[in-house]
Amino acid sequence: MDWKGRDVISVRDFSKEDIEFVLNVAERLETELNEKGALDYAKGKILATLFFEPSTRTRLSFESAMHRLGGSVIGFSSAASTSVKKGESLADTIKTVEQYSDVIVLRHPMEGAARLAAEVADIPVINAGDGSNQHPTQTLLDLYTIKRAFGRIDGLTIGLLGDLKYGRTVHSLAEALAFYDVELYLISPELLRMPKHIIEELREKGVRIHETTDLEGTIPKLDVLYVTRIQRERFPDEQEYLKVKGSYQVNCAVLKRAREGLRIMHPLPRVDEIHPEVDKTSHALYFRQVFSGVPVRMALLGLTLGVLEGV
Amino acid sequence: MAELKVTAIREGTVIDHIPAGKGLKVIEILRLNRPNGGVLLLASNVHSGKLGRKDIVKIEGKFLSEEEVNKIALIAPTATVNIVRDYKVAEKFKVEVPGEITGILRCANPNCVSNHEYTVSKFYVVSREPLKVRCHYCERTMEEEEILGNL
Ligand SMILES: [Zn+2]
Repeated sequence: MDWKGRDVISVRDFSKEDIEFVLNVAERLETELNEKGALDYAKGKILATLFFEPSTRTRLSFESAMHRLGGSVIGFSSAASTSVKKGESLADTIKTVEQYSDVIVLRHPMEGAARLAAEVADIPVINAGDGSNQHPTQTLLDLYTIKRAFGRIDGLTIGLLGDLKYGRTVHSLAEALAFYDVELYLISPELLRMPKHIIEELREKGVRIHETTDLEGTIPKLDVLYVTRIQRERFPDEQEYLKVKGSYQVNCAVLKRAREGLRIMHPLPRVDEIHPEVDKTSHALYFRQVFSGVPVRMALLGLTLGVLEGV
Repeated sequence: MAELKVTAIREGTVIDHIPAGKGLKVIEILRLNRPNGGVLLLASNVHSGKLGRKDIVKIEGKFLSEEEVNKIALIAPTATVNIVRDYKVAEKFKVEVPGEITGILRCANPNCVSNHEYTVSKFYVVSREPLKVRCHYCERTMEEEEILGNL
């Protein structure tokens, strides 16, 4: 697969080989970065970060990745400060910005915006979240984190906890995990179960799946517990939210029953799903997970720019 | 076929083997419910060996475009199209749901970029029976009822 000029829009566009390739490149970059402190593969290249809605963490992660590759960054972090406010179309914004840059990272409130941008632009476009649809770099960094922590993904038992109904992150993570030989426990309140069509799709691909509401009973079986936040804004009805709010809290008492090697992940930010006392335990992997975003995004930027021949 | 003789048309199109009850929908999506001079006939709930009951639509003086045939396929996948010239069936074919549906269907997701920016809508057929399509842009799937409402 030729990566130069390729767009990164949706996990659906990736094969297992694509995913493994990105993870391997990210690992090599991380090692090299540790040795040399700074790299210069993308020297002279410009990344444009177009954030039509704010997402400071994701933007900082991409910007950090580009700087660590030796490139530079331009962009905006809210649509309010641009000509978009004057009614300019997304397509025109993209056509304009590509005159100034070599790669575009786009965050947009509408589903499908990144796909449209990629069709319009001649330079690569990387999706940093389009509405409630896709956020492929999050999924890749989640897989990278697991692989770095365990040395493998195959053979692991993984629990997905919390809002499995609306959670975009867990949907695409589950879809990507279907490429591997894993056993999945879907732990959620009844109201927030994983959508049926996703479960069917996973079963068809041969993933062993168990649905449960019981965190404490399930935790002893797990290698990875992936925790998500229950987001108030996703609920059409406040009453429904109140019913499930605070359903689960991962704290040291719950973790007494866990395997020693259990690792806990969370896409962050968290509210009260994981008690801060867990941070100091060997189970906490979520800050390491944040760090993983940098090498994974370095790999994607470098590959799509076509500057990583030496790696 | 007896009913064809009764209401024979000299030149035009006969859409046969429409699932019973979908005939009106076919007329609606082809916008045949406007006066255009030609005769339009709908036979509903006709006995059919294959389907049990079926609808038949006959349109005098009109031949269908590929886009129109594709639209029919989405709502009446069992339909056959007969092109009539000089009271005889000159050509006959079954409609077929294409793998990609371009331009004729709107995405049901109000937050889909295709409903806000200039694009030609595009869907991939995920399953034919029951009909299920996925939007090229927002990746949301639409099932039969939503598809009918957005043609
Ligand atoms: Zn759509």
